[in-house]
Parts: sequence; C-alpha cells; structure tokens
Amino acid sequence: MNAPRSTSALLYLSGVTVSFDGFKALNNLSLLVEPGEMRAIIGPNGAGKTTMMDVITGKTRPDSGEVVFDGTADLTKLDEADIATLGIGRKFQKPTVFENHTVRDNLLLALAGLRRWYRLLLAQPTKAEHDRLEHILDIVRLGPQQHMLAARLSHGQKQWLEIGMLLAQNPKLLLVDEPVAGMTDVETETTAQVLREVNKSHSVVVVEHDMSFVRALDVKVTVLHEGSMLAEGSLDQVSADPRVIEVYLGR
Amino acid sequence: MMTRFLWTGMGRNLRLFVLLVLTVGIAVPLLNVLMPQGSPLYVPSYVLQLMGKYLCYASLALAVDLVWGFCGILSLGHAAFFGLGGYCMGMYLMRQIGTRGVYGNPVLPDFMVFLNYKELPWFWYGFDQFWFAAAMVVLVPSLLALALGWFAFRSRVTGVYLSIITQAMTFALLLAFFRNDMGFGGNNGLTDFKDILGYSVQADATRAVLCFASALALALFLVISGAVVGSRFGKALTAVRDAESRMRFLGYRVEGFKLFVFVLSAAMAGIAGALYVPQVGIINPSEFAPGNSIEAVLWVAVGGRGTLVGPVIGAFLVNFAKTWLTGALPEVWLFALGALFIVVTLLLPKGIVGLWAQIKSRNLARKAVSA
Amino acid sequence: MSHKRFLAWLLPALVTLAVAGTAMAADLATLVGNLAAGGYSERDAAITALAASGEARAAPVLEALSAGELYVRTADKVVVIARGSGKQLSLVDAVTGKEAGSASEDALDRIKVNNRLRGTIDAAMGALTLMNPDPKVRRAAAQSLFTRRDASSLEPLDKAIAGEKDAAIKRAMTEARAAIVLGTDAPAARKIEAIDTVRARGDRDALGVLLAAAASANAEVKAAAATAAESVRQRLDAWQAAQNVWYGISLGSVLLLAAIGLAITFGTMGVINMAHGEMVMLGAYTTFVVQQTLRSVAPQLNELSVIVALPIAFLVSGAVGVVIERTIIRFLYGRALDTLLATWGLSLVLQQAVRTIFGPTNREVSSPSWMSGSFLVGQIEVTYGRLWIVVFALLVFAALLLVLRRTPLGLYMRAVTQNRPMASAMGIRTPRVDALTFGLGSGIAGLAGVALSQIDNVSPNLGQGYIIDSFMVVVFGGVGNLFGTLLGATALGIVNKFLEPYAGAVLGKILVLVFIILFIQRRPRGLFAQKGRSVE
Repeated sequence: MNAPRSTSALLYLSGVTVSFDGFKALNNLSLLVEPGEMRAIIGPNGAGKTTMMDVITGKTRPDSGEVVFDGTADLTKLDEADIATLGIGRKFQKPTVFENHTVRDNLLLALAGLRRWYRLLLAQPTKAEHDRLEHILDIVRLGPQQHMLAARLSHGQKQWLEIGMLLAQNPKLLLVDEPVAGMTDVETETTAQVLREVNKSHSVVVVEHDMSFVRALDVKVTVLHEGSMLAEGSLDQVSADPRVIEVYLGR
Repeated sequence: MMTRFLWTGMGRNLRLFVLLVLTVGIAVPLLNVLMPQGSPLYVPSYVLQLMGKYLCYASLALAVDLVWGFCGILSLGHAAFFGLGGYCMGMYLMRQIGTRGVYGNPVLPDFMVFLNYKELPWFWYGFDQFWFAAAMVVLVPSLLALALGWFAFRSRVTGVYLSIITQAMTFALLLAFFRNDMGFGGNNGLTDFKDILGYSVQADATRAVLCFASALALALFLVISGAVVGSRFGKALTAVRDAESRMRFLGYRVEGFKLFVFVLSAAMAGIAGALYVPQVGIINPSEFAPGNSIEAVLWVAVGGRGTLVGPVIGAFLVNFAKTWLTGALPEVWLFALGALFIVVTLLLPKGIVGLWAQIKSRNLARKAVSA
Repeated sequence: MSHKRFLAWLLPALVTLAVAGTAMAADLATLVGNLAAGGYSERDAAITALAASGEARAAPVLEALSAGELYVRTADKVVVIARGSGKQLSLVDAVTGKEAGSASEDALDRIKVNNRLRGTIDAAMGALTLMNPDPKVRRAAAQSLFTRRDASSLEPLDKAIAGEKDAAIKRAMTEARAAIVLGTDAPAARKIEAIDTVRARGDRDALGVLLAAAASANAEVKAAAATAAESVRQRLDAWQAAQNVWYGISLGSVLLLAAIGLAITFGTMGVINMAHGEMVMLGAYTTFVVQQTLRSVAPQLNELSVIVALPIAFLVSGAVGVVIERTIIRFLYGRALDTLLATWGLSLVLQQAVRTIFGPTNREVSSPSWMSGSFLVGQIEVTYGRLWIVVFALLVFAALLLVLRRTPLGLYMRAVTQNRPMASAMGIRTPRVDALTFGLGSGIAGLAGVALSQIDNVSPNLGQGYIIDSFMVVVFGGVGNLFGTLLGATALGIVNKFLEPYAGAVLGKILVLVFIILFIQRRPRGLFAQKGRSVE
C-alpha cells in the first residue's frame, strides 16, 4: 500500500470504498479502463455511478482503495484542478456550461494550456488557439452559434458545447455522465456519432441509462450495483446475466 | 504592454465614464477655489467636502463590486479594509500634530499621554513618514485580505459562509479597536488632525486637492478594474462566479483567481479609506460596524452589480439620499434604507444600470418591430 | 405525667430560674456600668469582662457601644441605648432591654470608643455570639472568628465546641479553632493537626490561613502547611472551573435559544435571515407589553407575566415570520446572498419601527420573584434566573425535536428539505410548509426574546448583539443538525467563559470569533457535517 502500483491500464480502481453516514455509496469497487478504450457504465439509481465519477475527479475522497491514472498518478492524493491538468475531463449529468459567456468563450476557457491566474491577466489570443477553436466548433456543429451566449442554446446544443469543451481540454480520458438525458432521438443519434468520433483520439467512460444509446455505442459494458461491479462484458452478455436481470427487473 | 493591457480592457462607455469622473474631479475643486463666493459658478466648501466623501465611497463600492459582481464573493467586511486604510492614514496625521496637541508631547499623540503611555507602541513607528504610511495603507488591508482569503478560499468556504466570516472579521476588528489598550485611541479613534504633507487639512485648497485625488483614485480603479475584467482573467473570473466547480474540473486553480481579486479589492478599499479620513477629519471604530459594510454592498446592488459604472452611480445616489434624508427627516432614513434593500433585491436585481440596459434593449426591439 | 406532678416539677424550676435571673441581672448591671467608667484601657477590660460573662444582653450592648449608640443618662447615671434621629432619641435600658422613654441628646453622655476598642468589641462579639441560641448567628460567629483568628477567642471557642450540638456548626467552630491555633505558638504536632482541619475546609479563607501558616518558622509545620495549601488551591481551581462551566452553560443556553430558531430557518431551509435577531427583539418587547398590560388589568398575575408572555411572544414573532416569508423570502429562494441583503434591510426597518413606537431607550422588564435570588451548590453560585433559562432552553430544544420528529408538520418539513419536487408531487403543499417552517423558527426566536428580556436590556438593538453569535453557533455545530447546535452553543459558551478571566470579555469574544473563523476553514460544514451528494 505504499507507492501506487504501476499498471498498463489508463484508469485503475481497486477496492474503492466510500461511505456517507454509514451508507456505502461505493463498496470495494474495482475497474480497469485500457488506453483508447470506450467503456459504458450502467446501473440502477443509487448504484454509485456519480460517486465513482466524483472519486475519479477528486471531488470525493475514498475511505479506502486505490485510484491510479496513467500508470503512476495516485488520484486519491490530488485535487480537481490537478486531476484535470493530468488529463481527465468530466462532463456532468446536468449540462454545466458558463451561461453568461459566449459559446466561443466557453471553449476558450476549456482550451488546454493557460490555467494560472497571473498568466491569464496579460494573455493575448494566438493564431494556434484560433485554429483549434474553429476546429472544435466544427466537430460539435456550433460554428454559427459561436458568438451567442451559452444560456440561449437549446438543451442538446448545450450538451454538445460541453463535449466540445471536453475536446478543447484535450484530455487522455473523458468521463461523460448521462450525455443523452433529455435529448430527442435525432440528438441522441448525433451524440453517439460525436462520441465515437471523439473516441478515435481519446479514452472515454460513459455513464448512461439509455439502453438504445449504449447499444448504439457498441462497446464493453460494466454494470454497477450497490456500489460494486456486478457484471462486465458486451451489452448482450450482460443483459443475459441473471443477476443483472434481477437487479433491473426487480425481485 | 501594461498600457495596452489597461487600454484594451476598456469599452467605449467605460472610457467616457472615466472621463466624466475626472472632469467632475477637476471641475468641482477648481470652481470652489477659483470662483469668488458670490458667483453662480461657485461651489460651496461643504459641497466640495461631500463630493470628496462620495468619491471615496464610490471607490469602496467599486472594490465591493469587483469581488461580488464579478467573482461572486459577497464580502460583508469591506468596511474593515476601508477602515484599516483610514487608520493608517489617521496614524500619519496624528504623528504630524507633534507639539500642537493639548499635552504638547512631541512624540506621543494626546490620547496616549492621557492613557499614561510611557513610549510610542512599536506599531506606531514609521508613521511620521508619509511614504511609510502610504505603503501601509495598501499593505495592511491587502495582507489581511491575503490571510483571510488564503485560508477561506483554500478550504472552499463559499457563499453565505464566507459572507458571515467576513462579517465576523469586521465585528472582531470593531471590538478590538474599541479597546483602549489596542493603542488606537479606543472609541474616540483618531482625530484633531492638523496638517497633511505640511498643508492644513482645514484649508479649502487642501480639500480641493484631496477631492481631486479621490477622483483620480476612482478613475484609476475604474481603469484597472476594467482591464482586469476585460482580460482573459476576467472571463475566467466570471466563469468562477457562475460555476466554480466546473472551473475546477477544467483544471483551473480557482483559489488563485479569487485571492487576486480579493486582495486587489482590499487594497482599493484601503486607499479609499485613506483618502476619506483627512476629508472627514476623524477615524474611529464605528467605521468597522457590520452595518457599514452591508451598506456598501447596497450601493453596489442599487447601481448594478457586475458592472463597473453601477457601483459608482449607486454610491452617489444612495449617499446623496442619505445626506438629504438624515438632514430633512432623520427618523425616515432607516426605514428608507431598509426598504431600499428589500426593493432592490426583489425588484431590481440588476440595479439601475441593468434597468437602463433593459429599457434600451426593449426600445431597440420596438424599433426593429416597427421598422 | 399528671398535672400535679408536672406543676410540682415546674414550680421549683421557675423559682430557681427567677433567682438566678436576678443575680445575673445585678451582675450584668455592674459589668455594663463598668463600660461607662474610667479611660479607654479600663473600658477595654470591661468589654472583655462583659463578653466573657456569656450574658444574652451583652451582645446588643456591645453592638450599641461599637456603633456609638451607648449613652449614660446624665440625670440618673443609667446606661441606655439611644436610637433615632432628630432632637429626641428613644431610649432602651441597656441592662434590662426595656424601653426607657426618650431624651434629647443634651441630656445624654455618649460612651466613647476608638478603633482599638472597636477591634476588641468585634473580637468579643465573635466569642459572645458563639453561645447565641440562634444557629445562624452561631455559624456566622464561627465564620467571623475563622477570618479574624483572635487568640483570645480560643477559650470561649473551646467552651462553645463542647456545648455545640449541631454537627455542621461544631465543625465550623473546630475549623475556626484550628485556624486560631495556627496563629499561636502551640506545639508543632497540634499545629499540623490544625492544618489538617483547615485543609478539610478547603475554601478561599482556608487557603489564606494555610498560606500564612506556610510562613511559619518550624520546618515541619511549614512543609505541612505548604502541601495543604497546594491541595486546597487545586480544589479551589477545580471549583472555579466548575463555576466557569456553569457560567458557560448559562451563556450557552442563551446562545442556544437565540440560535435554535436560526437552525430551523438557516439549517433546514437554507434561508439566511439577518432579521432573526429582530424576531428575538420582538419577543422581548412582547414581554414588556404583556407585563405592562397585566400590571394595569390584573396586577395579581404580575408574577406570572413572563409565562403569559411566552405563547404570545411565540405567536407575535411567528406571525411576523410567516408574513416575511410570504412577502419577501419566497421570491428569493435559491438566491442566498440576495436573501441576506433583503433580510438585513428588513432588520433595519423592524428596529426603526420599534424605536419609533417604544422609543430608543431601554425598557424595564421586571423579573418575577421566583426568578431572583441564588443558591450554592458546593462552592458554585447558581442564580435562579439563569437556572430557569437553562431549563427553558432545554425544554424548547426538546419540544422542537418532538415537533420535528413526531408531528405531521415535522414530517412535511423534513420531506420538503430533502426533496422539494418529490414532496410537492406527493401532495404536500410546499409553500405552506415553507411559511410554517419559517414561522416556527421565528416563533422560537420570540421565545428566546422572552428569556433574554430577563437578563439583557430590552432595546431596539437587542437582536443585533446575538445575530453573529447565533450564526457562529449554527455553522459551528453543523448546518441542519439540531444536536450540533446544542453542542455548539454549549461549547462556545464554555470556551467564552474560560477565556474571559485570561483575556477579558472583549478579547475573549474576539478570540472566539477568530477561533471559529479558523474552525470553519478546517471544517467548512461544521462539527457534524452532513456528507454526501445532496450537500452541494
């Protein structure tokens, strides 16, 4: 338990336990995500999906267990900003964009690079930044809205803006929490496309309820239940697992 | 680079407003000093004095707005920074009295002689020098803000918790400065000043210069704030205000941003306080009363938080109303002040400037429809 | 026992008594007469002799002498006690204690005393009153001898101890005797024995005696006295600490009363009510009005006015709270900082309104007799007023817990704070619950006001002094946790009182503020933080 074990996995969780006032939100959870992988995480309400995200991004400290990123970094010792700088980006369940900023400014703030306050005071826009912003605006299909205040975007557009912000961060690993909640079927379809596109250059962990969306992603699935892993495999495999059926369909 | 930094941050409206502040700051003192008393253009001395006071209040309001309007930190203790700056200046002015005090002690101020001090407390050393006092005016509030902010922001004390802590801070200072053995004159504070940099504080010419200096300080603060807010730092700052944890997940060290504006704002408040004290001729612990800080917040709310012009307008309007009402109908003032708090938060959350912008955009829309 | 036999027994007894009485009276007359004769040194001897006689009349005579009220009537040389003002003084025969008419001062000769004689009288009185039939007087005498430690009292003291029946008084006398022995040149063994007796007494006076004895020349006595003094000092410190704990609990109960309503509005609703202090103030003014009304309408109920005021204050503050919630606060949910500003404005309005109606000066609220006075527990002084407030605070706390846990309102309140949309979907009228919750918190503040009217100045600024403290208590204890509030209030009260002797009241308060500021830095969510996702 001294130095974090070094591993070839991009994200390594082992024996992670978190309890809130006696209630175990995570119970001895272990999880491996390989570099370049896209992983879908499903589970009923209260299975610990969001808490797992909180632990990975440093918002919640685990009571016990190891969380290692990129082979060496012990995430339990770092705070949110450190972890983000290491290359983990997070998209929240509820879209949280900066509503009083324009779409372009939202992406500019997310853009990898300047983070320290004293550097930002005198920072001037550069050509490289400009090009990168244009590129991302293209990917998330928000070019025409770039000077609009983010508050005035539609729900789906806000989700895409958030994905765009994740791209701008250029993280090694993207954590995406319920990206299609409240989206229309068409938007859901587009989102799956966008994520597959993103996965070409980044590892992704998606938490989602929407089974048709998970099916559309067509990736390895992990089922969480009561804070621990219940099953893992392709969507067809886990849907055939009797324990998963019991959890989902009730006792 | 620096001039470019300062210039690019300013929009056209802000440039005009800074010009307006400077014009008033030059015209009022000049009209007081140069015009003969009977002339219709003559500005009476009491107006000059009021103008100087209001300008200092406006600087304080701007300082409050910088942290509240742009960074979401509602400080209920900014009068503490204002008061500390004022005390630093007051200490300089006390040392200038010299042998002209009632007891004629060349070193010890009157209240120390009265309280049987044998020698000057160590923290009074150096305040006979103007440059030292001027440095302290900036340093003391800044360091307090740095210490408080460093602790508070690092441990993520936010929202009302932070507000209450800042209020507790100014309350603690209030209690402390009331004590005679603190060495700051107890509840009488510091007063009976004679001169500043060799000029009598009572003279009209000195007052004119002080009024101008207050206007200059306000203009400078507007320019600096404009530059800070308009930079990429400013974008990050308002983003911190709107969604702090999102900024953390983007990899920003939010504490640094908050700490910088908090300290900058405290320094501005300190300078405003230092300019205020020679113009009103007294500084005492009541400046630290929690109510004062909250009143400053009201000025900002009335004028329009999150704008640079708003706090200045708010400070002038509310204080003008206060001067007028406390003279004409003193019992009504507190009712009016209390009602103002309620009305502004309920009906005018964006203040006068916000209302103005709303009316303007509505007119524009109407024009667009009719065209 | 038959009547006859009883009478047969009684008669001779009476006769004996009467004879003895006359003999004594004659003796007493001489003794008193001696007081008037001769110079100061003779008088000194006469005082001692009179005191040693053990006469019941000796005490009043000596008292009068000491007060300069003992005279000789010029006409017949009878010693009289003369009292009164003006020309004519009313006289009492010093020997018989019977009234003896009146006389002008010209017709009297005062028996003069000087300070040395007064000292002698005091010492003599101490010894004299040791025999008094009234146990209170005897106890006081023992106590006074303990502090005076007059060697001449040793003999009467021994006599008194032998005759004393009351164990407690006997112990007091033994202690006094031991204290006196320590001042004499008695042998070391006796002194060490005496030291033990004094040590057992263990109060501040005992410490003084032991410290004096520790300066003794005899090494053995010196060492014994020093150890005894140290042990007494430790015990005193323990008592002092206990006293401070009591003061702290008392202050804590006041803080609890002020903060507990806030714990509801701030803790469960998340509403920052800066006008909370004014709700307390309204409660205090309600008490004042109730008391005034009762005084004119039903004066016989005056003793109960505080109790009558309780429900009224609850209703007044509660109603004001409901009005505030419906007219201002409900528009500001989710905007905590704006709520703070609006309620601050409200507090200004309320203060000014009260100032306009009742005037800016303090209003007198009298305490009922059952709330005044004090008693001792060991060496802790407990005043009834404070005790009642502690009891009251605990009662309010318990009642509140009951309301929250056992009533439908409590259930709805908890439901609404945990999940507003869900509660609303289940048919709970959330706006009404909000208003009632806020009213409950405000009403409790009104109750606090009734209690505070007993110990604080009832003025428009009453609430101001408590608002910051109350917030500190709630935050310190952990927002949304009532037991945290209880613990926070008690802890802050006790810490405050322990700091006061070292740092003074003001600096103590500052230190507590600084401590809490630092504490919030360490644990921003209070002593009992609620963890979990729902917190943010």
